[in-house]
Amino acid sequence: MAEIRLQGITKIFDKKVRAVDEVDLTIADREFMVLLGPSGCGKTTLMRMIAGLEYPEHGRVSIGNRDVTDLPPRRRDISMVFQSYAVFPHLTVFDNVAFGLRMKNIAKAEIKRRVEGAAELVQLGPYLERYPAQLSGGQRQRVAVARAIVMEPAVLLMDEPLSNLDALLRLNFRAELKRLVGELKTTTIYVTHDQVEAMSLGDRIAVMREGRIVQCGTPMEIYDRPANRFVGGFIGSPPMNFLSGRIERSNGHLQVGLGDQMLTVPATLGGRTAGEVLVGIRAENIEAEAAPAEGAIAARTEVVEPLGSHLLVTAAVGDQKLKIQARTDFPARPDAPLWLRPEPDKLRWFDPESGQEIDAR
Amino acid sequence: MKGQRLGWAPYALLLPSLVFLAVFFAAPMVQAFGLAFQNDAGNWSLESWRTMFADAQFREALVTTLILIVILIPVQFVLAMAMALVINARLKWSGLWLYIYAIPLGISELAAGIIWFAIFTQQGWLNSILEGLGILDRPYIFLNYQNPAWLISAVVLAEAWRATSIIMIILVAGLQGIPRDFFEAADVFGATSWQKVRRVILPMLRPSVQVALILRTILAFQAFAVVIALAGGGLTVLSSEAYRWYSDYRDSHVAAAYAGFILMLSVVSTILFLWLLPVREEQQG
Repeated sequence: MAEIRLQGITKIFDKKVRAVDEVDLTIADREFMVLLGPSGCGKTTLMRMIAGLEYPEHGRVSIGNRDVTDLPPRRRDISMVFQSYAVFPHLTVFDNVAFGLRMKNIAKAEIKRRVEGAAELVQLGPYLERYPAQLSGGQRQRVAVARAIVMEPAVLLMDEPLSNLDALLRLNFRAELKRLVGELKTTTIYVTHDQVEAMSLGDRIAVMREGRIVQCGTPMEIYDRPANRFVGGFIGSPPMNFLSGRIERSNGHLQVGLGDQMLTVPATLGGRTAGEVLVGIRAENIEAEAAPAEGAIAARTEVVEPLGSHLLVTAAVGDQKLKIQARTDFPARPDAPLWLRPEPDKLRWFDPESGQEIDAR
Repeated sequence: MKGQRLGWAPYALLLPSLVFLAVFFAAPMVQAFGLAFQNDAGNWSLESWRTMFADAQFREALVTTLILIVILIPVQFVLAMAMALVINARLKWSGLWLYIYAIPLGISELAAGIIWFAIFTQQGWLNSILEGLGILDRPYIFLNYQNPAWLISAVVLAEAWRATSIIMIILVAGLQGIPRDFFEAADVFGATSWQKVRRVILPMLRPSVQVALILRTILAFQAFAVVIALAGGGLTVLSSEAYRWYSDYRDSHVAAAYAGFILMLSVVSTILFLWLLPVREEQQG
């Protein structure tokens, strides 16, 4: 059992910068948790505190019901894949992978067995006698992963492990990593700024901003119901569209006005009946029509980007821009009018001041 | 830069240092070798070498020089490594430590010898302190030619104090070239501080270690001013023999033979270090 519990973790740099601010997070045994956020959000610092490479000013870290807050990394039963790989250049692949086992004085025969097993898992079998300088970037990355998994740790930490690979390798290795960690069933924490990686790998994602966790949930929850404007804008490509509107009441029904057009809204808007509101909708949840239709909003086409599987259309409603995913056979032309029909149950509502989601369900 | 056409620019940039080296190093060196292999009449001869090897002081000078090296190099290396690690740990005030450690670098060899002479001499600081503490009731003569162990110890202390920071600076530069991730990886994968030094830092620092050892050994073969200042004639090393033959006996041929002998020892020790500590390209990051 290796549940990780973080309680009130705070890290302050230079006596004033709160890199991590009162973070509470519980990661279940065998869970794959992704820490996601833009650079400088504190995700790497949070992971380093779990590793024991940094110590928090306040708060406790426990792994498997054991308080490890004040223990050095080697007493925490963790292992880590570094962003730079940090594969020792003076050691062969075998010796790199065996490094941690040797530090634990494990018998030679068992080291050999386990190193060869781990190397097999990441397809490094034929390269055990090579030095890292004789390997490609992708292979060095595998050495770093093998060195971490061979320890059979309670917790596996990965700090942006794919960010130094080129795009194609990253795509392949992502899936391989998912399979591997799925087989190992080790509690894993994975730091990334890449929302696609986060979506694809995580059982749950903790989205961080300015040292705090702003939302934590399954990838689909976070994608579908972002807790605030920041999360909606950060997750998804293209990011969620946001349009500002005005809540109006006509014939006893609530409506939201976008310029001079009206958008039908759910029965309640978190109790709001007037004022500004931010409407969030994802590009794939808007149906584009070439002709006026009942309940559709008139817009003007600005840019058409054919992306192979679909068209990405940038449209303007009044002076507000939004992106729409349209079928490739949609007759989109710059400057042509088009009509937009958002899926009503995919509309999300946010407070324009705080950016927080308004629960309209 | 590979494959780029640079024309004559690199050669022009190299020229001043090449001229300097040729005039002030290569030419005197060739001259010295010429002197060493000639007799007074100016004919080619091994006479100076025979005189040198047969000289009663030669053996003593060689043994003392080797003893100095055998004690100094490991002691200085361990000290320098410890100092370098303290600085690289980036603790509070580590910049201050660097300056404190580096102070002896600014002091000339002879001045360093005189400082330690002032400590060890009959009315020196060490005797004053020991008397003040009541440990001695009259001054002990440390620097006595009948007591070579003390003389060597004093020279080792003075040389270690004077030249350890040269090694340290080379090691600090090397350490700072190693990304911290490697040290952190060692921490994560269970290395204790000692294991980290032995298994990660020293191997990755090998190019710097090699340079530091070669440089320090060559300088130790040339040890002179500190020995003269502390021991006078009580202790002789190879370079003081070269000096003695040149200035006391006015025999520049034997003096040149000593110089040539020191050069050969330096070359042999350098080859030895290159062979013992090979820096293999595939093992470098």
